[in-house]
Amino acid sequence: MTRNQFISSLPKNLFAGFVVSLIALPLGLSLAVASGMPATAGIVSAVVGGVVVALLGGSYVTISGPGYSLVVVLLTAVTTLGGGDLFLGYTHTLAAITIAGVLITLLGVLRMGKLAEFFPASAIEGMLAAIGLSLLVKQFPIMLGLETGDGNPLIKLFKLPLVFAEFVQSAPESASTLAAGLLGIVSLVILLFNSSIRNRYYQQIPSPMWVILLAVGYSYYCQLRGIENPIRPELFIQLPDSVESMIYHPNFDLINSWGLWSVAITIAVIGSVESLLSIKAVDNLDPQRRRSNANKDLRALGVATAISGFFGGLNVVTVISRSSVNVTQQANNRSSNFFHGVFLLLFILFFSKLLNRVPLSALAAILVYTGYKLAHPLKLVAAAKVGKEQLLILMATSLITLSTNIITGILLGTLITLLSHFIITRRPLLFLLHLFQPNVLAFKEKDTDSYYVSVKYFCSFLNLFKLKSKLDAIGSTKTVVIDFSLCEFVDHSAMQTVENYIASFEKKGGKVSTIGLDLHGASSSHPFAVRNLATENTLGSIEKLFSRRQENLSKMSKEYGWKYCAKNQPIDPSLYQFLFFETKPIVQIYNTLVDPTSNGVVQDIVFNEGEFIARESARVTALTIKLENSIPSFVLDKEGLLDRLNAIAGFGDLTVEGHNYFNRKFHLSGSQPDKIRSLFSKELIFLIESSPIYLIESSGSELLILKKDRLLSPTEVKALVYFGRELLETLACNSISSNREISN
Amino acid sequence: MNQSLHQYNPFKRMLFGFAFSPSLESNLHEVVRLAEFFDSELILLHVGEKTKEKQEKINSIVAATAAPSRVGEYHWIPGDPYTTLLDSTESLSIDLLVLGAMQHESLFRFYVGSVARKLTRSVKCSVLLLIKPAIERVACKHVVVSGFKTSTLPNTLFQAFYSARCLGANKATIVEEIANKSVKVSVDDDRSLIRSLRKKRVLEAEEDRRVAELVDQLPAALTDSIKVQKQAIFGKRGYSIGHYAEVTRADLLVMDAPVKTSLLSRIITRDIEFILSDLPSDLLICRAK
Repeated sequence: MTRNQFISSLPKNLFAGFVVSLIALPLGLSLAVASGMPATAGIVSAVVGGVVVALLGGSYVTISGPGYSLVVVLLTAVTTLGGGDLFLGYTHTLAAITIAGVLITLLGVLRMGKLAEFFPASAIEGMLAAIGLSLLVKQFPIMLGLETGDGNPLIKLFKLPLVFAEFVQSAPESASTLAAGLLGIVSLVILLFNSSIRNRYYQQIPSPMWVILLAVGYSYYCQLRGIENPIRPELFIQLPDSVESMIYHPNFDLINSWGLWSVAITIAVIGSVESLLSIKAVDNLDPQRRRSNANKDLRALGVATAISGFFGGLNVVTVISRSSVNVTQQANNRSSNFFHGVFLLLFILFFSKLLNRVPLSALAAILVYTGYKLAHPLKLVAAAKVGKEQLLILMATSLITLSTNIITGILLGTLITLLSHFIITRRPLLFLLHLFQPNVLAFKEKDTDSYYVSVKYFCSFLNLFKLKSKLDAIGSTKTVVIDFSLCEFVDHSAMQTVENYIASFEKKGGKVSTIGLDLHGASSSHPFAVRNLATENTLGSIEKLFSRRQENLSKMSKEYGWKYCAKNQPIDPSLYQFLFFETKPIVQIYNTLVDPTSNGVVQDIVFNEGEFIARESARVTALTIKLENSIPSFVLDKEGLLDRLNAIAGFGDLTVEGHNYFNRKFHLSGSQPDKIRSLFSKELIFLIESSPIYLIESSGSELLILKKDRLLSPTEVKALVYFGRELLETLACNSISSNREISN
Repeated sequence: MNQSLHQYNPFKRMLFGFAFSPSLESNLHEVVRLAEFFDSELILLHVGEKTKEKQEKINSIVAATAAPSRVGEYHWIPGDPYTTLLDSTESLSIDLLVLGAMQHESLFRFYVGSVARKLTRSVKCSVLLLIKPAIERVACKHVVVSGFKTSTLPNTLFQAFYSARCLGANKATIVEEIANKSVKVSVDDDRSLIRSLRKKRVLEAEEDRRVAELVDQLPAALTDSIKVQKQAIFGKRGYSIGHYAEVTRADLLVMDAPVKTSLLSRIITRDIEFILSDLPSDLLICRAK
């Protein structure tokens, strides 16, 4: 970006930063309070995060600040590290945060930007759901103006109705509880139904800010009416008056204790994973489709966390919700992150009096809402749709996280996922033997500009990073075909990742398509379902188990009025009249597509080459067209592309006079040279030269057209059908003109 | 076949170590055919005692092959397969050692891992591993050759093209494996991606030029009827070419022999091991005499 562009986009980024700071303020305050720290800790974290990451980071439109994933960890640390003394616990936790910052920086230096990729998608979902649930149960009583206690979040989850009953019971007796609780409930209602209020002016202010405005407004209302605010003073945030009194420093006395280090490591790992996932998600939101440098961002986040911890703040992560608001407000570079920090600083300096009027119950409502979003029941439904095993993984990870801790939860969740893969494939050796082996081949196909990526053995979260690094090294403007036919098992994380690549390539003008998944058994109809070659498609109707390619073929057929059938077809013996199939027994024909215009039939054909020990099966997508008038039989091939036919046919290369380029590039052979020469008119040669390279074989009454030695992607199928039509038309013109010659 | 081709024969004496396994018959048919194609003298060696029964069996199979006259010598030497084969290649001045190998089976991986792998390391001649011997000939059409830059590459190309011509292949793909390290740009964001793509284009052109020069130096009789293609692949050395041979369904893969290995590089899986553990096709490992 040039300096001029940067300056001209400053106002836009300034405004975006302002809007984001409106959300960051209530979130920062509530996250800090929920973590058992002074409310300003959240603001310190957001200010430091915004400024430092904007200056040092490698992403474009992300916002950094305090995150939700570690709230429970921090709260536990504050209460336990100090041995009951909350302030001492707070300073010890600051030490852990500072150390975590150094660790995160190290992760960035060691280029561990792919750390987040080693955890299966469903396990991460489960971990997030558990975090959401513990936030929810912890904050729910506070939202109602009651006391929150310690205890297992799982048990507390079932006691939520009792909490509500307690509120209903005590509210009539205590005006404070009644007012605080009602304020909390109204706040939650605002947050829940925010999106259904479609007023343009209302939507200008983000919903968490409405909650703050409501709380402050209520306080002023009481003041104007001259009555005392019924909510007890200890139920309000208490912000210090001066900047100096907001700043605390870490206490490194426990540096030699494992307790401190385990907190630091948890913060470093979980914080990094949260950030990396957010960075990836935000990259998909960026209208300019820029790719963030995750390692550089990680280093910046580490430095920011260390500084934030040193000045009394929470750890700094990349936050998805604030970043998405940033994008919708049309921020286009890191300066908006910087401005969001600056605005927060200004707020806290000039409006701290105002903010002291906000009761904790309103802030708790924001967190209850966040927790609810993270642990939304629909997430379970979504996981179940992908497959029963995904639901199991998600639930198990959640339960383990809730009853132990985050790190144990995610690790055991990963282990359970691995075991589920063992059970699905019934071949643990497949994974163990090939775990450390490379399994991805990627190259640029010689005569085209497209890339071919082949994956072998298995593709799951364990080795997904290998596929990703290959795909990342290809520009998103290119055409890529990913072939899974040598891959026996593809897991949910891999399917989801490939899907993300399909989307991101599409947005940049490139194209990713997958082939070779049609024969894999799927555990459900969902596009991200686990694919396993060991089990055949046995579940219900085949349409439910369409691979993406089959789905696209089916859609395409509907669009153009072609007939599509995915099921196996009886083997048509007339295929053997082509030299191509003469020595190749056909095993299976499926994915049949009929184009009524040309009467052409596109099929995926599985055939064997060689027999017995030497047998190998191969797959090819072929177009066959029955001709009305017979033409001489011939084989046309790009010289050297698919030579196998030349030898079998036993005919030499025919040349067509006056077409040197054609003669040089293509190998034409057949038993009737003169008739073939007259068939290859100027128009026909022009059509062949200007089209993609196909192998064309005529049996006299039927045409066979192939492109490559593999299955074709839907786009390639489209081109193939088009070529078939053109070819038929040109041949028809030829026969008319030759008839005329004869009659003349 | 033709004189102009066979005057270049690098495989004058071919050794096949046979065992009385179910695949013996197809193995013998295959090696005799190879000897005929390569215009080589075939020496058959059995590691074990000579008995009348065994002798008769082998004679009857050889008699049924396409060219029984190709078999020049029989040797029966008891002992350890590895050392016997290793010593025999030198004492019998062998140019090409042929071994039967199983493609995927994990039990045999152990065998390939021990005898064949050890032999390919220490033997002084070229080695051909056959994974799919057949009684009837399966045509060889596509040969994939590793174009990795080594001092012995000219010799490897020579042997590769000689084999390709003799077997009647009409297409040879020279794969230039380029380690990602040599790109020296790690892709982090869009800017580094553009730089790495630029660097890759340069490397690819350099490799293509280097290989083309070497192919031009080969005698015309070896290359004239073969369509030569070059394919640059960025990836792990030794792995990519095997996977490539598998997806392009090559009939023969030709590689340079591994250079003398240090202890350290043996611990870390490298080039030839990837292919040996999962043979994509018949494999010819070339070594200059």
